[in-house]
Amino acid sequence: MIVAGLTWNWYLDGWIVVAGMLCAVAAALPGNFLVLRRTSMLGDAISHAVLPGLAAAFLITGSRNSLPMFAGAVMTGILTALLTEWIRRSGKVDEGASMGVVFTTLFALGLVMIVQSADHVDLDPGCVLYGAIEFITLDMVNLGSVEVPRVVLVLGGVLLLNLVFVIGCWKELKISSFDPALATSTGFSARIMHYLLMVIVAVTAVASFEAVGNILVVAMFVVPPATACLLTDRLGKMVLLSTVFAMAAAVLGHLSAITVPGWLGYSRSTTTAGMMAAVAGLFFAGALLFAPRYGVITRSIRHRLLALAILREDILAWLFRSEERGQALPVTRVALHQALLADPLSLRLALFWQTRVTRRVHSQAAGYRLTDSGRETARRLVRSHRLWEQYLVEKAELPAERIHDKAEILEHITDRQMRDRLDQATSAEETDPHGRPIPPEFRPAGKDRPS
Amino acid sequence: MSGQTRSLTDRTVDWPGWEQWARAILMQDYNTRVVVAGTTLLGLAAGLVGSFTLLRRRALLGDALSHATLPGIGLAYVLVTALGGNGKSLPVLLLGAAVSGLVGMGAILLIRNTSRLKEDAALGIVLSVFFGIGVAILGVAQQTGGHAAGLEGFIYGKAASLRAGDAWLIGGVSLGCLLLSAAYFKELKLVCFDEAFAGSRGYPVFWLDVLLMGLVVLVTIIGLQSVGLILMIALLVIPPAAARFWTADMMKMAWLSALSGAVCCLVGASLSAVFPRLPSGAVIVLVAAVMFLTSMFAGSQRGILARRVRRIRLERSIDREHLLRGLYEILESRTTDGPPGPQEAVLERSLLEVRSWSAKRLKQVIRRCEREGLVVERGGREVVMTRSGFREAARLVHQHRLWELYLLEYADTAAARVDRQADTIEHAIEPEIVAELERLLAQRQNVEGVPLSPHPVGLDVMDRPDDFRRGGEAS
Repeated sequence: MIVAGLTWNWYLDGWIVVAGMLCAVAAALPGNFLVLRRTSMLGDAISHAVLPGLAAAFLITGSRNSLPMFAGAVMTGILTALLTEWIRRSGKVDEGASMGVVFTTLFALGLVMIVQSADHVDLDPGCVLYGAIEFITLDMVNLGSVEVPRVVLVLGGVLLLNLVFVIGCWKELKISSFDPALATSTGFSARIMHYLLMVIVAVTAVASFEAVGNILVVAMFVVPPATACLLTDRLGKMVLLSTVFAMAAAVLGHLSAITVPGWLGYSRSTTTAGMMAAVAGLFFAGALLFAPRYGVITRSIRHRLLALAILREDILAWLFRSEERGQALPVTRVALHQALLADPLSLRLALFWQTRVTRRVHSQAAGYRLTDSGRETARRLVRSHRLWEQYLVEKAELPAERIHDKAEILEHITDRQMRDRLDQATSAEETDPHGRPIPPEFRPAGKDRPS
Repeated sequence: MSGQTRSLTDRTVDWPGWEQWARAILMQDYNTRVVVAGTTLLGLAAGLVGSFTLLRRRALLGDALSHATLPGIGLAYVLVTALGGNGKSLPVLLLGAAVSGLVGMGAILLIRNTSRLKEDAALGIVLSVFFGIGVAILGVAQQTGGHAAGLEGFIYGKAASLRAGDAWLIGGVSLGCLLLSAAYFKELKLVCFDEAFAGSRGYPVFWLDVLLMGLVVLVTIIGLQSVGLILMIALLVIPPAAARFWTADMMKMAWLSALSGAVCCLVGASLSAVFPRLPSGAVIVLVAAVMFLTSMFAGSQRGILARRVRRIRLERSIDREHLLRGLYEILESRTTDGPPGPQEAVLERSLLEVRSWSAKRLKQVIRRCEREGLVVERGGREVVMTRSGFREAARLVHQHRLWELYLLEYADTAAARVDRQADTIEHAIEPEIVAELERLLAQRQNVEGVPLSPHPVGLDVMDRPDDFRRGGEAS
């Protein structure tokens, strides 16, 4: 099936990449709105559901001419969307389920029609339905002085249509995707936008199936927009990013289709459309894990760093309190570990940071004690903590046994200004509700070191 | 079909003779027996598992997972062939399919649980990316010398080629699904209906999700190999969606869905045994689709007809209550003290002024109330309440005003707005709530139970919204 070798041929591979990019961008544009409207599976549903349209076109015209076939397929594509919407609305069936009912039924219908009409004619769904991107240069069209593959012309037209649609109906698409009720109340029907979008999706899907196969377009409807969705909160940026990812997936997909089999010791390239989908999936995985704001790993790293920062402060506060209680100094790591319930590695890291980098804690053979600058920081933390406790009891009227945990959280995000305001609000008490002294903001002369 | 088409499609279906029907129905062919038994069991299992995924709003899970098996199949073939084994042996391919189906399942859960993308995007991504990878692997696999060409078709098989071993396998898997979903029925049900609640009660939502998806993977892989991709998706989606129209009870729905899945397969497979040229998978799907459409219209719980009937009934009872209350309030506006007497006639014209009804609709409402013995129409232009009609009217007005007073007293609603608000709720007030309202508002001293209206009642209410005394004085 695959005839391409492992070398780059500008004529052949150039056109393949161009067709792949056109298809990917054309699909990604409306795909953004499919993802936002939670109908991402529509591309897949249409790719199965067009069969009866093809069969009907074939039955009526008796030929495998591509124009009637195209019209039939687009009509069943639209029919899929309409029927799905009808079942969802009037039967109150979940979107996915109604889609599932519709496309499996249409596919079965198509299968029966094909078997009935044409088992001595070559109308194998896998062959007629789906073109292959590798073969596009076999069908060239003269365009003035240059020869262009017919597929590139078709996909270019579809891309243009989608661009005009998305830019022209930008505001309507945006509002009706996020808030259909608002859209309807501002004077245009969200339902009409929905159906228009469905028509665009059906045209894009069918044109691409016929040109480059279904795998590519089904992937490009969903994966680049979903990737972009993880990276930004703005719709405009999302659409732009999705087209960038779509193009990159097309280029890198074809490159890897040519090169990857070589690394594994095979002599010929593999399916380009499959590799384009795989590369798009790779981008998605990257965004899922490493997106600056929503990535799984970035979030967990941020979480870790925050936990460490809090632990560093907790160490200071704990050392301050044990000085205050006049316990045997210095404090050992085991004692800190038991008091702060931190895992050993984090505790080591936090202590390393406080002793070596900030020098707020002094490390001795027997354990740890605060340095002067450390005591200064710790005093402010404990002051924040106790001011909050006082505030929570006095103003928020919480019972005294519930305030500690809240103050434990708030103390880390309280600055000088906040402390002053708390101090004023609580009528400048000397002690907290547990009877412990609230340390002053500034070091009282000569009184700092408890004797 | 046009004549031209007929010439192209010269071989139309021969209508089968009586013997063929008998052979199929009595299952005299060994092959028919195996196919029918296998698909029926599969329909049972898929219907059961599908009812959970449907309620979990993941109806297309089977679709995504069945596409996600392709890379596993390709890899299994490539690896085993490279190791010198037979890459096309069924257990190897099934194992590969299962492994990659499970990986796809993990990916869906990862995307859904850790990102802000929704169910549908997770399914779409896994479906298309895995399928793409699978196709790419098959593209390589074709170069391994062996015959990989039929690999895809081999795994996405046809029901007609079911063998006895496959039927036993399907039976075993179905039994397993049945037992597992019976054992975890309560937990699965809770997760399907209210994930957050289930989590707060300490149920391991994640692992229950894994269990559910595992069941889908299991059913899908067995089904894919024996009946094909589209039929498998249809069996997971259509019977549960159809069963949902008939019941609101999860247990009943699961049973109904499993049974209807089995029946569809039984009928479909038998039909395709009679018409051997029809692909059996497609016939089963079409039978299921017919069943779905029937249920959608006729279903007793959520079917279109049932809902319409309920709605018409509700509208009628609302109309009746509006008519009676209108009559009462007009009578009330004629008397200056105490509750009105029942025997006076009211002109239909003045009713039309109170209610925004067309004359035709008013006639219809009066007709229906006459049949219930609540009112009598006199001379075609007047209405009189009967004794029971008057009692009902007094009760309705009582409810309406209680609710208005409640809104004024406790909900701080403006007096000009309470009438509309009470209008929407009064039809749904139950006797216990009336008693509670009475207690609350201490209106018991009014024996007949009709408190005064807190806003003007009568014909020119809109003109004088600031007059909140008696309607009789206002007009």
